[in-house]
Amino acid sequence: MVLKTVGVALACLLPVVGVGWTFYHNGPGPNPVETLLYETGVWALRLLLLTLLVRPLWQALRLLGSFVWLRRTLGLAAFFYATLHLLVYFMFDLNLDLAAGWEDLTTRPFILVGMLAYLLLVPLALTSSVRWQRRLGRAWARLHRLVYGATLLGALHFLLLVKNPLATLEPWLYLGIWVGLMGVRSRF
Amino acid sequence: MKNINPIPASWVTPESVYLSRRQWLKAMVAAGLLSSPTVRAAYTFNSQPNPAYGRGWKLTEAKHVLNYNNFYELGPKKTDPAENAHLLPLEPWSVRVEGECERPRTFTMEALLRFPIEQRIYRFRCVEGWSFVAPWDGFELRRLLQQVRPTSRAKFVVFESIYAPDRLPMQRLPLLSWPYTEGLRIDEAMHPLTLLAVGLYGRPLAGQNGAPIRLVVPWKYGFKSAKSIVRIRLVEKMPMTTWVKEAPHEYGFYANVNPDVPHPRWSQQRERPLGSWFKSRKTELFNGYGDQVAHLYRGMDLRKWF
Repeated sequence: MVLKTVGVALACLLPVVGVGWTFYHNGPGPNPVETLLYETGVWALRLLLLTLLVRPLWQALRLLGSFVWLRRTLGLAAFFYATLHLLVYFMFDLNLDLAAGWEDLTTRPFILVGMLAYLLLVPLALTSSVRWQRRLGRAWARLHRLVYGATLLGALHFLLLVKNPLATLEPWLYLGIWVGLMGVRSRF
Repeated sequence: MKNINPIPASWVTPESVYLSRRQWLKAMVAAGLLSSPTVRAAYTFNSQPNPAYGRGWKLTEAKHVLNYNNFYELGPKKTDPAENAHLLPLEPWSVRVEGECERPRTFTMEALLRFPIEQRIYRFRCVEGWSFVAPWDGFELRRLLQQVRPTSRAKFVVFESIYAPDRLPMQRLPLLSWPYTEGLRIDEAMHPLTLLAVGLYGRPLAGQNGAPIRLVVPWKYGFKSAKSIVRIRLVEKMPMTTWVKEAPHEYGFYANVNPDVPHPRWSQQRERPLGSWFKSRKTELFNGYGDQVAHLYRGMDLRKWF
């Protein structure tokens, strides 16, 4: 179990390693911050969608054994990328300026939606351990359903920020996958 | 007639081989194993630096300015235009100038290159919050407009970029309304800062930068500076322009650089010079050209006419 977990965690780190490799070999390029914001944001979202996919996958393939370890690892990796995303934004887009952050938060809906998505993830990351799972019992499962809301808000955040939303496929793709996964979930 | 072609037909590379070579090279470029060669206009020019514009300013590295472009005709991603620049049909090129003028005419590229071309270092600020400093080679647009003699009804100037859906696959998609159309008020167009550029960093314009001829209006957001221009029209009414049509609450006709008028999705207070991690530069009103252009907008509410 530990070996599998470590393997999945390392695989989840590949995107950030890839960006690092590209920056090292080709230089950070004309707009490294744009690259980092895109990669960290989109991987947070993709990993969240993967966590939602685990249960239906287990059921469809009739796999035996627990899948909680996989969901936990993917979820924590998503939180890792979301945290990086927020830090890059705060450091390089806002120049660590809290007032500018407040202005963004209160006047720009996509920032608010993204921040809400992150805030929903925080309690999930904090209570992700087996110990917290046991301590909270049935409430744990209910609490962790917040991941559906966080993923939806993440996809909306993406859709709201693109320049040409009707001509940009990627956020619609993620929204579509989310809707599909909700549909699958409602069947059980 | 006698056959004077000295090359036997068997020496000619079959088109399929030529095309597969091209695809192969493209794949190498995509894999990052090969950098794509820069496609430039073949037109050459002589230009001397004009020290009145930006002498001594620190230039942005050319590789950034050549590999980070908004040019939807060549693709929606910043790296697409450099990769797809070979699609632009650069030769022969001409610019039709017509509308409210006494002497409408078509300028061949050769004719355009006879205008007095000089090199000027300008700041360039994109509405997206990034900027660069680069030397453009070009001539003042007013020199060209004076030749066609605008009538008193010429209140605005419209610039149309290339429309070639047969060559440019993006123009077969409703990504934007084609052709890309921009406009200036006639006094803005006649302003000595307003350039028609044919070169950048002393070399003919690269496809991704708007070869072979483009507009440069340094006190306005970059999208006003239309690329690969084929037609200039003098008109009486304020024209509808591409980005205003696309999102009127985000982009205005004037689009003067202004730190106090935020874009709905971001503040315009600061900008990130290309190649830099931080938004290290404070954005200036009229991109720092206020002493030369502020008088054009005296009495206008710049929040309303953004």
